Amino acid sequence: MSKVTWQLGTVVSIVPETPRVRTFTLQLPHWTPHRAGQHYDLRLTAEGGYQAERSYSIASPPGQTGEIALTVELVDDGEVSGYLFEGVAVGDELEVRGPIGGYFVWRGEASAPPLLLVGGGSGVVPLMAMLRHRQRLGLHTPAVLLFSVRTPKEAIYQTELQAMARVDNSFTLLLDYTRQAPPGWAGYQRRIDAAMLAEVVGRFGAEQPQAFVCGPTGMVEAVANGLQAAGLAPELILTERFGPTGG
Amino acid sequence: MGFFTNKGFQPRRPSNPKLPPGQYETTDFPVLTAGPTPRINLANWEFRLEGLVEEPVKWSWEEFNKLPMQDFNPDIHCVTKWSKFDTHWRGVSVDTLLEHVKLKPEAQFVTEFSYGGYTTNLPLADLLGGKAFVGLLYDGQPLTPEHGGPARLVVPHLYFWKSAKWVQGLRFTATDEPGFWERGGYSMYGDPWKEQRYRDDDDDVASAGSIRL
Repeated sequence: MSKVTWQLGTVVSIVPETPRVRTFTLQLPHWTPHRAGQHYDLRLTAEGGYQAERSYSIASPPGQTGEIALTVELVDDGEVSGYLFEGVAVGDELEVRGPIGGYFVWRGEASAPPLLLVGGGSGVVPLMAMLRHRQRLGLHTPAVLLFSVRTPKEAIYQTELQAMARVDNSFTLLLDYTRQAPPGWAGYQRRIDAAMLAEVVGRFGAEQPQAFVCGPTGMVEAVANGLQAAGLAPELILTERFGPTGG
Repeated sequence: MGFFTNKGFQPRRPSNPKLPPGQYETTDFPVLTAGPTPRINLANWEFRLEGLVEEPVKWSWEEFNKLPMQDFNPDIHCVTKWSKFDTHWRGVSVDTLLEHVKLKPEAQFVTEFSYGGYTTNLPLADLLGGKAFVGLLYDGQPLTPEHGGPARLVVPHLYFWKSAKWVQGLRFTATDEPGFWERGGYSMYGDPWKEQRYRDDDDDVASAGSIRL
């Protein structure tokens, strides 16, 4: 039984993903296997005892034992993300507890239905944990990631996702650039809408996929409604809101 | 855990005695749900009181809107760490609703149940004495679906997941039966001032054993 108690992790690497997003990998003294999609709480404590807490999705797969990777977006005026970006270096300790969340998770069972992942911005983080888990398990569960970003340089994990798509025929990466697409881009370049979702759902044929949707509130709301309009049963749509204030 | 501090970490926001531990203030109204927003047709909407009552009762939308309403201006606290001060609601106090049923003496707990299948549990006492209401208007406007409209139960002294969106009724029970998030390892009670976010934070958790999250 896992107890969700605070522990001190040690930062073993800090990787910039985009200009405003970094992945902090923490080695944990009391690591417990998580499920892809879960998160950790992170707590900062000032000299006077003041504390600030936030939740961050785990980006690493459960097969990466002993450590967790937390991908953090720098929020304007962000009390916690601001400190993580300016005040934390490799070797520092950070207080965390987890894994937390039992609902927005993908266990990676071989019998699981196909996966439809829809992410907006840093909402891709828990979805990446699912894709990495799937890859590590060597599963060929059909999977589609529809990943909406404003510009190419804001696409977190872009290189890894493209490499994953190249070597795995059962995984499809659909990038969607809402503000500025790369030159010659032939893919999606508008906000996710009902027609786009109908096309994406259509890729699965007769089989209903399990959908995981994570992003800003407005996007999640629109996608969840659009997926239902495209014929997906509501119980197959799991959502998680991500954003400066939502979580 | 000993007293650990993060070197150089300074509060960026002024401290506020209205803010429970681990929370921060937002002026937005963020949304937390696990699935799609249910679509509810007001023509079929109903609100029910059932379970351990002498006679179950239900109201249609039209009937419910004729119940006496009050204004409520609570501070609300979400387990995802945001708090929002002085929100403006109008709705029907749970005390008003309970004037329409006779509870059986063994009714000690309540399961709030919602359109879309959501449930959450709490002690009956936490709904009484002006502590909870069914909110229909927010900032003077009909409550929008993403915030739980047409009607949301609001229990502001507990974390906001105890305030069921799209609420369909209250079921009175003899024992404390875990709801949707509670079955997933969240606190049975959810007092923000004691920071009872997860089951392991509950007062009685040593005897009950911990639930895997």
